[in-house]
Amino acid sequence: MNVAAAAVFPHRHLLGTEGLSAGEIVLLLDRAEGYVEQNRQVDKKQALLRGRTQINLFYENSTRTRTSFELAGKRLGADVINMSVATSSIKKGETLIDTAMTLTAMRPDVLVVRHTDSGAVELLSQKVDCAVINAGDGSHEHPTQALLDALTIRRRKGRLQGLIVAICGDILHSRVARSNIHLLSTMGATVRVVAPPTLLPPQVARLGVEVHHDMRAGLKDADIVMMLRLQLERMNGAFVPSIREYFRFYGLDYEKLASAKPDALIMHPGPMNRGVEIDPEVADDIDRSVIREQVEMGVAVRMAVLDVLSRNLPNLGPVGPK
Amino acid sequence: MKRRAYVNARLLDPASGLDAPGGLLVEGDKIVDLGPRLFNDGAPAEAEVRDCGGHLLAPGLIDMRAYLREPGQEHKETIASATRAAAAGGITTVVAMPNTKPIIDEPAMVEFLAKRARERGVVRVHTMAALTRGLDGKDMTEMGLLAEAGAVGFTDGDHAVANSRLLLRAMSYATTFDFLIANHVEDPTLSEGGQMNSGEVATRLGLSGLPWIAEAIGLERDLRLVEYTRCRYHAAGISTGEAVEALARAKAKGLAVSAAVAPHHFALNETALGEYRTFAKVSPPLRSEADRRAMVEGLRTGVIDVIASNHAPQDQEGKRQPFAQARTGIIGFETLLPLALELFHGGHVALLDLFRAMTATPAKLLKLPTGRLVKGAPADLVLVDLTRPWRFDVDRFRSKSKNSPFDGRAVQGHALLTVVGGKIVFDAVKERSHAYV
Repeated sequence: MNVAAAAVFPHRHLLGTEGLSAGEIVLLLDRAEGYVEQNRQVDKKQALLRGRTQINLFYENSTRTRTSFELAGKRLGADVINMSVATSSIKKGETLIDTAMTLTAMRPDVLVVRHTDSGAVELLSQKVDCAVINAGDGSHEHPTQALLDALTIRRRKGRLQGLIVAICGDILHSRVARSNIHLLSTMGATVRVVAPPTLLPPQVARLGVEVHHDMRAGLKDADIVMMLRLQLERMNGAFVPSIREYFRFYGLDYEKLASAKPDALIMHPGPMNRGVEIDPEVADDIDRSVIREQVEMGVAVRMAVLDVLSRNLPNLGPVGPK
Repeated sequence: MKRRAYVNARLLDPASGLDAPGGLLVEGDKIVDLGPRLFNDGAPAEAEVRDCGGHLLAPGLIDMRAYLREPGQEHKETIASATRAAAAGGITTVVAMPNTKPIIDEPAMVEFLAKRARERGVVRVHTMAALTRGLDGKDMTEMGLLAEAGAVGFTDGDHAVANSRLLLRAMSYATTFDFLIANHVEDPTLSEGGQMNSGEVATRLGLSGLPWIAEAIGLERDLRLVEYTRCRYHAAGISTGEAVEALARAKAKGLAVSAAVAPHHFALNETALGEYRTFAKVSPPLRSEADRRAMVEGLRTGVIDVIASNHAPQDQEGKRQPFAQARTGIIGFETLLPLALELFHGGHVALLDLFRAMTATPAKLLKLPTGRLVKGAPADLVLVDLTRPWRFDVDRFRSKSKNSPFDGRAVQGHALLTVVGGKIVFDAVKERSHAYV
């Protein structure tokens, strides 16, 4: 990597990868490397965030991301509270901004937010005093997923620049795809999106990607094959005709994978639909698939994000909107 | 391998523009040679010689739109009867619509139909598979798998796809594979309950009307979706002058659109309904004389690309009904060529253009290797007597159903010989076709 890490991370929140500089990304990845090692020790705990409060506010169900953030916070010594829609007053009709006001009065230091609506996390970030981390907003961004993907790739390939990354599947609805496109492009990788036109957002090429409708062409000489999850409800004639047709033309199997480089890595943000977007054999191929490694990197990357953001936390002031 | 030399023919090949006296040599199932000077030194000794008597030898006709009724309604038509009728009409390839029982919306159904056609058919049968599952206009079918099974395009047949969002997605998906989508052009909310063309005749007969605007809005919507998705689109059967104008505009924009017209829409107008003649009830309906003339003009200028029979057999039961309850449809295989030739005899459309609309253009749209006289192509041929006068006698048609409003019509020209893959599947003289007896 010939980009030097930025000395400081100049942002209060992490809302997306769009707009992050290469140096800032390198800073986060370098910091995460250290946490990978720490997480492999018996004693995984640090005191960096001792006394800090982290609230995980999830308006959308999630197991792995929420658990990953929870572990990250706890390993850095923070007190972590999980709030999910099912148990909060959202069900009673409280608006997002009212919830933000209530929460900010409790003086958290970090809010980790997932929301079904694009832009909701940014709106919330404007109303609270603490650092906000976007854990996925609608079809917009999921920056920590892109960072963990980048860390996984960098550890395996030694670099990001110059790699060919094929992102395949439901790009239209995917925040993971958007965050990866921004991050990987910034880092000098060639990003391709591979999907039927019904699963591509309009003018996606304007994001700086190559667009392919055919898997063999899209995977040709790729270093990284990144598969996306296709929601089951989108598969019965609405966006694609059926599961079996999708698997036939867009499911990753060894035949299609043969177009990629022989040492191409297979990634998936999870949870996987085996037999829909990915052949179970390919998904479980220990030589090619880094899907479990991605999960491990997830915790380290989230620790790195909490780390750098906590250093920018403001001195405590009066309660209320800024 | 068996060789047959067609000598003393007038070769007509719209794809290359060839129209000249000459000969053509078939070996096995392929055309191996042709040209004006072929056989100048006599036909090859080992070949069977067929003297064409100076008649027109053209690529076999490709009919892009036909309802074969098998499976499910074999009392109306079967693959055997339909393909015999097609052969008698000079047609060597028919494209079956998916509106059968069951509906052709599964890859296995496409394969079934192909197998049936191989076993029982005498001409080639291709299938357009359903665009939406169960033709219900809600969910798109497995276009990729259906095409792998052999489907040559996608359509809901005589059902217009009403849901624009679905059609947009289906068109968009189809661009992945460059598939052809053929739609029945009609806004169903405007045509609902209509029995015949809206206008004076409908008013006098007291029948509810199908206004031209239903076709105009249906087509304009489709063309806008094509502009947005860049899909390959075929307006499966147009009937109004408004549609011709809309197509001309879309073509001027460079869109990959094509359109077909059925012979009844350039050979008849709404007055053919006379006193509630249900045999002339068809969808889209017979229109005004101005519309009919627009069809002829559209073919002359090439805005209308294809002539397709829209062969739609109905039994007596379905037609011997009060007009409003009668089924729609006209059989078309055995009347397609003579009715098309009326446009040539009347001086409206040049012979090459007329045959192009039934050979080279459908082949190109469907990506078929037939429809051309060229070395190496499948030997699908029709020998046409252009001028012989005769009268349609529907009772002697080979179709199982007899629903034609053209019974007794005096026409000129007829298929003499129909050849599919080198094999003669129809010989008018041998079969004592009523055109010749």
